[in-house]
Amino acid sequence: MTTQRYALALGDDALILAQRLGEWVARAPELEEDVALANIALDLLGQARTLLTYAGELEGAGRDEDALAYWRDDRDFRNVLLVELPNGDFAVTMARQLVFAAYQYELYDRLRGSADETVAAVAGKAVKEVHYHRDHATQWVLRLGDGTDESRRRMVAGLETVWPYVDELFEPFDGADVDPTALREPWTAYVHGVLAEAGLSVPEPTASRRGGRDGLHTEHLGYLLAELQHLHRSHPGATW
Amino acid sequence: MAPTDQRTDDREAAFYAIVDSDGRIEPRDDMPEAYRRTLIRQIAQHAHSEIIGMQPEGNWISRAPSLRRKAILLAKVQDEAGHGLYLYAAAETLGVSRDQLLDLLHTRKQKYSSIFNYPTLTWADVGAIGWLVDGAAITNQVPLTRCSYGPYARAMVRICKEESFHQRQGFESLLTLTRGSAAQKAMAQDALDRWWYPSLAMFGPPDTGEQVSGGHTEQSMRWGIKRFSNDELRQRFVDMTVPQSEVLGLTIPDPDLRWNDERGHYDFTAPDYDELFRVIKGDGPCNEQRLRHRVEAHEDGAWVREAAGAYAAKQQAKRAEAAA
Repeated sequence: MTTQRYALALGDDALILAQRLGEWVARAPELEEDVALANIALDLLGQARTLLTYAGELEGAGRDEDALAYWRDDRDFRNVLLVELPNGDFAVTMARQLVFAAYQYELYDRLRGSADETVAAVAGKAVKEVHYHRDHATQWVLRLGDGTDESRRRMVAGLETVWPYVDELFEPFDGADVDPTALREPWTAYVHGVLAEAGLSVPEPTASRRGGRDGLHTEHLGYLLAELQHLHRSHPGATW
Repeated sequence: MAPTDQRTDDREAAFYAIVDSDGRIEPRDDMPEAYRRTLIRQIAQHAHSEIIGMQPEGNWISRAPSLRRKAILLAKVQDEAGHGLYLYAAAETLGVSRDQLLDLLHTRKQKYSSIFNYPTLTWADVGAIGWLVDGAAITNQVPLTRCSYGPYARAMVRICKEESFHQRQGFESLLTLTRGSAAQKAMAQDALDRWWYPSLAMFGPPDTGEQVSGGHTEQSMRWGIKRFSNDELRQRFVDMTVPQSEVLGLTIPDPDLRWNDERGHYDFTAPDYDELFRVIKGDGPCNEQRLRHRVEAHEDGAWVREAAGAYAAKQQAKRAEAAA
């Protein structure tokens, strides 16, 4: 049986990244990317809604998706730090997308076999969405890595920005339906393959940042939540 | 008559034969140069309106008050980007590129709908844009599904279906507010108060009766790229919207609004056309902000587009080498 903590962690990952990607809308480098990034944000938001609703059911205290999204403070969010990082330039966003979508792909691929029917159903739908997200990010990492000198420089910098947040994705998680440590090997095979094809080196290992699963976040999350939550909290009990 | 003139006359006669029989002009058909230029301007202005229109609504994606509303709004703004794509593609069939058109937008040589130069100050503005602005857009655009230029007419069929969905979503969002708390209802009324007259102005200046303003209506009607006058469309919009405002329980900010039995239409106060012209000329609350945002997004993305071009060229060279 899936734990509430696990459903919440996966739901928060999807919600916070959806919020970040939504910030690109009407700012993307070309119109096709406005469409693509909104589409990815929408997929993630859909995953978040199902997972948060389920986390609320597992908790059994009557909290629905909105109660969980809008009425928790940052210390109660369980997402990994990677997804709350500011978007940076397009290369930082694509580096984050590659890292995260490749992780989510391996995760959902295995969660399809979860004994928990709800989680298995979410994963069955999400794995197809995430396959596209991973492909989208892959295509851009290749273009930027093997495009111009400037794009290559920015892509290298983008990877360096997100790399300290990679280890946290694969940390052991008590009560996980799928052991995150088992995802590292297939993730590495995929991501390192993309970097090799783009002619990019794997960034040097650095001190890794962690704590999101325990509610110890970066300073960025508070601002993200302030924006996400303020209107809802200004009208307690209202229906929208 | 010189042979060239004869050919020109024949071509023009063939063009008007298609237009007059309610047929469709296709990209390879002969068309008068003025028709082509007018269509480019009209389709480009429509495309620009879609992409600038993403900003006022996109303004609320991060703050949408429920996850369901956030999803609906994201999908809506995504549709607008999609509409921009089909419309630029329709314009490209007339021999211009999207890059050229964007450049004309960025250098203020082409316009977008002046409605998007008003700010979205509260969440209810998102609903009001869906209900009123999309409602006005549909009123304007449904007749264009039968316009004489095939690629534009076909783009409009798909766009109108999606816009009609957006309009219902906007109405439903406002209905939820008006059935909610006193603060939510006040928010909805305030939005209607601010968006009503700018929405009426979306149909353009008066172009019938004594007020004909020297616009393009008559020529565009002759070419089958405008089917009804601005005033007819504005009236149609008012007649459709007043009963909807009653369902919402909101008051349209016009003390002279009333049903006229004799005309079979609502009488209403015209919007302030001086204000419309001021906003079109650049003096609206958000003109500078909208254009600056668009130009910045474009400039910030230049290195990405260059990289994509360089990568594509390298890939092509590799394929050519492999084939050699």
